[in-house]
Amino acid sequence: MPHDHSEPHSLLPSDPELRNRALETILVQKGLVDPAALNALIETYQNDIGPQNGARVVARAWADPTYKARLLSDATSAIAELGFEGRQGEHMVAVENTPEVHNMVVCTLCSCYPWPVLGIPPAWYKSDEYRSRAVNEPRAVLAEFGVELLASQKVRVWDSSAEVRYLVLPMRPNGSEALNEDELAALISRNAMIGTALAGPQ
Amino acid sequence: MIRAHDMGGRPAGPIPEKDDAVIFHTDWHAKSLALNLACGALGAWNIDASRFAREQLADYAELSYYEKWVAALANLLVERGLVSEAELSGEASKAPLAVKALRAPDVSAAMHKVMPYTRTNGPAPLYRVGEKVRTLPAPNAGHCRLPAYAAGRVGTIVLRHGNHVFPDTNARFQGENPQPLYTVEFTAAALWGEAAESPEDSMSLDLWQSYLEPL
Repeated sequence: MPHDHSEPHSLLPSDPELRNRALETILVQKGLVDPAALNALIETYQNDIGPQNGARVVARAWADPTYKARLLSDATSAIAELGFEGRQGEHMVAVENTPEVHNMVVCTLCSCYPWPVLGIPPAWYKSDEYRSRAVNEPRAVLAEFGVELLASQKVRVWDSSAEVRYLVLPMRPNGSEALNEDELAALISRNAMIGTALAGPQ
Repeated sequence: MIRAHDMGGRPAGPIPEKDDAVIFHTDWHAKSLALNLACGALGAWNIDASRFAREQLADYAELSYYEKWVAALANLLVERGLVSEAELSGEASKAPLAVKALRAPDVSAAMHKVMPYTRTNGPAPLYRVGEKVRTLPAPNAGHCRLPAYAAGRVGTIVLRHGNHVFPDTNARFQGENPQPLYTVEFTAAALWGEAAESPEDSMSLDLWQSYLEPL
């Protein structure tokens, strides 16, 4: 891959794997990076911080109407009640899907995403294709994801252009009335909380 | 300003890998993210500066996602004086771990720490929920978070978020200059006119007060 030689990064090897290894070596040698911290960061987002957190939030909201009311009025505090807070989730807004509205979230300018509840964004969310099309043809995008909208539903797209992060509260599936919170959480996929899927058996 | 990153509304192909559950597709993707987070902890720049560094990459459109992250990181490290160009070429000298370096036992706490972008200073809000506003005719030069597709459009204030750090100046280390942040909802018809997929659908954006004008 050719790099612009006026930029410092062009001094690193161009192969991505060699380039990352070279930069890591320099930073560790200079005492700017603790190599054990790199592993801990990767493990944190591989194991601890991911969509399983958001599924707990949605399941609680389905099971407990007073929690749902708190989530919709002050999502940051309601999500923090369950212990999910931190980087890229400082200012949360929950948006509720109803028979009238289907919500979906994008970041057209970069890849803003609610990390404490959903983890690191999937490749498709960061793709040029999703970033380009989610705002001018959301219905075509939803159809590609296999989402069938109700005739009564308007689509609301939330483009995360600041530090506010959006969590979609999907509609609770019919027939889930008897389920407990753990069973409900199993119905809630990452994509359902971005708005590109509906909740239901996975 | 080219604004290669400002993609909303551009023609593009099918969405890739829609059911992908893999968090990091290769080790170097994971490494790129971790290097960025670890270096961010050094406090030599802010989140707006890191986004701006990625947007300014000359080969933004050709680089893959994590290639952008590592290229912008290298540029920032040099710009902020943490690493020299000679060191990037392979002549780094040895030094003990810096006081500010993120240590492994502190990682979880650092990622769970809440550092809000709201501030108590700055101007009072000019607009109420329900009020109609018009966005600037074009994004400002530099790190402006008004997407081109929503420039010069009329929308309705739907949420007020208090005063937030202003990215345009923060990205250039010219101060936080907090100002009121709003969520503004636009109908698809207002944004896309005749080309709207469904005119009653809407797109909402989070916009700072100085991106807005009264009607």
